[in-house]
Amino acid sequence: MQIALPEPDPGILARRGKIVADLRRIVPGEGVIDHPDELRAYESDGLTAYRNPPLVVVLPETTSQVAAILRYCREEGVRVVPRGAGTSLSGGALPLADGVLLGMSKFDRILDIDFENRTVTAQPGVTNLGITRAVEHAGFYYAPDPSSQIACTIGGNVAENSGGVHCLKYGLTTNNILGLELVTTDGEILRLGGKHLDAEGYDLLGLLTGSEGLLAVVTEVTVRILRAPETARAVLMAFDSVVRAGDCVASIIGNGIIPAGLEMMDKPAINAAEDFCGAGYPREAEALLICELDGPAAEVEHLIGTVTAIARQHGAFFTKASESEEERLRFWAGRKNAFPAVGRISPDYYCMDGTIPRGRLAEVLAGIREMSERFGLGVANVFHAGDGNLHPLILYDANEPGQLEKAEAFGAEILELCVEVGGVLTGEHGVGIEKRDLMPVMFDEEDLNQQQRVKCAFDPTQILNPGKMFPELHRCAELGRVHVHRGRTRFPDLPRF
Amino acid sequence: MERLAPESPEETEEAVATALAEGRPLEILGRGSKRGFGRPVVADVLLSTERLSGITLYEPGELVMSAGAGTPLAEIEAALAEHRQELAFEPADYGPISGGEAGVQTIGGVFACNLSGPRRIRAGAARDHLLGLRCVTGFGRAIKTGGRVMKNVTGYDLCKLLTGSFGTLAVVTELTFKVLPAAETEGTLLIRGDLEIDLLAALRAAMGTPFDVSGAALLPVATAARSTVAAVAGAGRAVAALRVEGPAPSVRYRLERLTAVLTGEGRDFASLEAEDSRRLWREIRDLSPLPGEGCLWRLSIPPTAGGALASRFADLAPDRLYDWAGGLVWLAVPEVSAAEAAELREAFAGCGGHATLVRAPEAVRAEIEVFQPQPAPLAALGRRVKRSFDPERILNRGRMYRDC
Ligand SMILES: Cc1cc2nc3c(=O)[nH]c(=O)nc-3n(C[C@H](O)[C@H](O)[C@H](O)COP(=O)(O)OP(=O)(O)OC[C@H]3O[C@@H](n4cnc5c(N)ncnc54)[C@H](O)[C@@H]3O)c2cc1C
Repeated sequence: MQIALPEPDPGILARRGKIVADLRRIVPGEGVIDHPDELRAYESDGLTAYRNPPLVVVLPETTSQVAAILRYCREEGVRVVPRGAGTSLSGGALPLADGVLLGMSKFDRILDIDFENRTVTAQPGVTNLGITRAVEHAGFYYAPDPSSQIACTIGGNVAENSGGVHCLKYGLTTNNILGLELVTTDGEILRLGGKHLDAEGYDLLGLLTGSEGLLAVVTEVTVRILRAPETARAVLMAFDSVVRAGDCVASIIGNGIIPAGLEMMDKPAINAAEDFCGAGYPREAEALLICELDGPAAEVEHLIGTVTAIARQHGAFFTKASESEEERLRFWAGRKNAFPAVGRISPDYYCMDGTIPRGRLAEVLAGIREMSERFGLGVANVFHAGDGNLHPLILYDANEPGQLEKAEAFGAEILELCVEVGGVLTGEHGVGIEKRDLMPVMFDEEDLNQQQRVKCAFDPTQILNPGKMFPELHRCAELGRVHVHRGRTRFPDLPRF
Repeated sequence: MERLAPESPEETEEAVATALAEGRPLEILGRGSKRGFGRPVVADVLLSTERLSGITLYEPGELVMSAGAGTPLAEIEAALAEHRQELAFEPADYGPISGGEAGVQTIGGVFACNLSGPRRIRAGAARDHLLGLRCVTGFGRAIKTGGRVMKNVTGYDLCKLLTGSFGTLAVVTELTFKVLPAAETEGTLLIRGDLEIDLLAALRAAMGTPFDVSGAALLPVATAARSTVAAVAGAGRAVAALRVEGPAPSVRYRLERLTAVLTGEGRDFASLEAEDSRRLWREIRDLSPLPGEGCLWRLSIPPTAGGALASRFADLAPDRLYDWAGGLVWLAVPEVSAAEAAELREAFAGCGGHATLVRAPEAVRAEIEVFQPQPAPLAALGRRVKRSFDPERILNRGRMYRDC
């Protein structure tokens, strides 16, 4: 564990008893957890290399309780870390030793299903899959489908702007959210959007989505639901080189086809998935593509023909289209279980999440291979090929001294390479604690200062999830200062029109 | 008034920093085609982005393009058409309905106003297609946000915040956005009837089918009569239109299925082939069947509210148009007073959504709120966000809200 959290405030630690008692007055009964054994259950999220038990856990049940907790914490100067299901892979929900962990698990009800307006309104603790389950009887679904969808919450999805294998065609969380209720640190309850489209003022809904629990606590979410397509079929295509597979992806999209999903796996990932669930992937392949096409049956049939022909032109030695829903799900099972599958072949793995311009894939994979040899750690790659989002899984053993540090250094080099070729540090998992110190690779000081000014507009005392996303915390007063360069002449030599 | 037209991001930074130092507020514009949209701006100096023009990156295979903020949309659309691609959110051209010419607007203006056409219901809004940008904030500093790739959650999504901010937060100098393949062909199903409420229900029902509708509009009888598409103009009844796009056999199949699903009493069906379909949706997008004079309201509401309020809207405005399956309502009214504006907002306040006075004389726009007034805590947050970008309010002061 190399990345430092903000120093705990000894004054807060000393007042723990009083803080717990005060919180119990806001959330009576079982909702406040302070026993060290029970706190351990909350000490980390999906980034398990980092562990840190919180000062106290609070599980509110109502929005007014959330407002009272935030107001109290702001007055008392106590830090707050929101948490959904704790599946974040970037340490977004990692607690602070002097901070309240605000668990949203009791916000687990679906409040409204409206087929005519095609919306569902849910509390933030409802799972991603829970939304689809609530509407599938009528043929509808919620499109963004992170692999963690059984567990992760819609509130966490909003905070991370999560994606899934179907976001190439149907968008990320941000493209599928219509309304939010949220609570700011001054205890104000605000509503953004609703069942209508687009904002009347600034698009705060868009800003909140992906803000990693740093701006406000989300207490209600309205999502767009879609009618399921008549037919969906998946095609497997195997290649003897990743370059060929990459060219095939470019060619599919170059032909004007935007598949519902377009995923790539490399040999180590293919083999891990086969061992795990026998999805029917050809083990000899260096690269496998899974392409899903959806729509009317005839159109899907036609597109499968086109895609298969393109694959053959690019040297695919194996292609197979699913013939039943059961077979389609089997094709996906290997990909969707890639993380746990890799978890079985290595004591630990570290999942990276850079995005690159697709055309640079071969170069980046070659770079990763070189690093893998240099660091002496294995790597398996799964890739949202359609949109350029790469998930290298670095294999390591946390019990071997030094391996975690090596894995982290390896990961950082991968992300730096992604940025170097025109990509970004994170496509869907968020910055959190994990990539915080890499932010300057992508942004200069002015860029980061402006982001922090936005943070200050919401949370001027910076009590919400501090230590995440920004490598350096500046005081809000300092950031707001205007530096005027005196002695400027009047618009010196600027062109006029 | 001084009129500046910087030719580079550095000159733009210089202009804003100087304005800040001298305390002289700026009005930011592209080529001014939507200058009348919003409240009148309090400014000393005009700053145009029109010389920050030109496509700087276009990789059709990567579905991405970058361009200077002042690049004419027409230039971008022409470049995309060469590769059979498009901006999927179908930006409208409000030049003509704003009393100006068609084909003038810049890409910066399109994103600054978050203008999206009929396909918004399927493909998302302008805000859903912006990947990255460079801009100069009211601190007089150049910054960048986002990137050029399709998926990116690195830091706050300031692209969303800047889209639709009407130049009140920063002067955008360069934009990077997602482009998509254009559909092979398209077709439109027309449903003609006498009951608007029934036709609006048909539009909503269509959106709940798996037939991937990419346009769902309703032209009341007077509006339909002004279309240049014969099957619409000659209907003599209200006309609902449903567009589907894709490969020809799929378009044909989906139009047939929609007809079967939506068949009902009092509904009479016709269909448009690709050419007429394109023409009709261009009209709907640019609002050309609505009168070119008087005031124009734009309401974004839940689609069912459009149905519930249809007769109220009919009383208010004989000339009107529904898009987005009834979720977007355009009302053309002769004149509007502050009292009438308040009354209209009252009418649909309970059902959620917002109303914008898109076209009105300057004096009216100065007097009443053009954008939907917000509850006090939300308005206060909006002001704090404005100050976080532009503490001295030197960028498009008052354009969105009086105190922003
Ligand atoms: C096996 C596995 C597979 C995964 N696959 C994917 C994938 O395919 N795509 C993808 O995008 N991600 C994936 N993830 C990452 C993770 O599941 C997502 O980021 C998810 O959205 C997190 O949801 P959560 O409820 O677990 O949130 P948490 O982990 O509890 O929290 C995540 C962040 O959200 C904040 N937060 C949570 N709730 C709220 C709230 N109500 N208000 C304000 N802030 C809040 C927290 O402070 C934290 O910063 C995967 C994770 C695992 C373990």
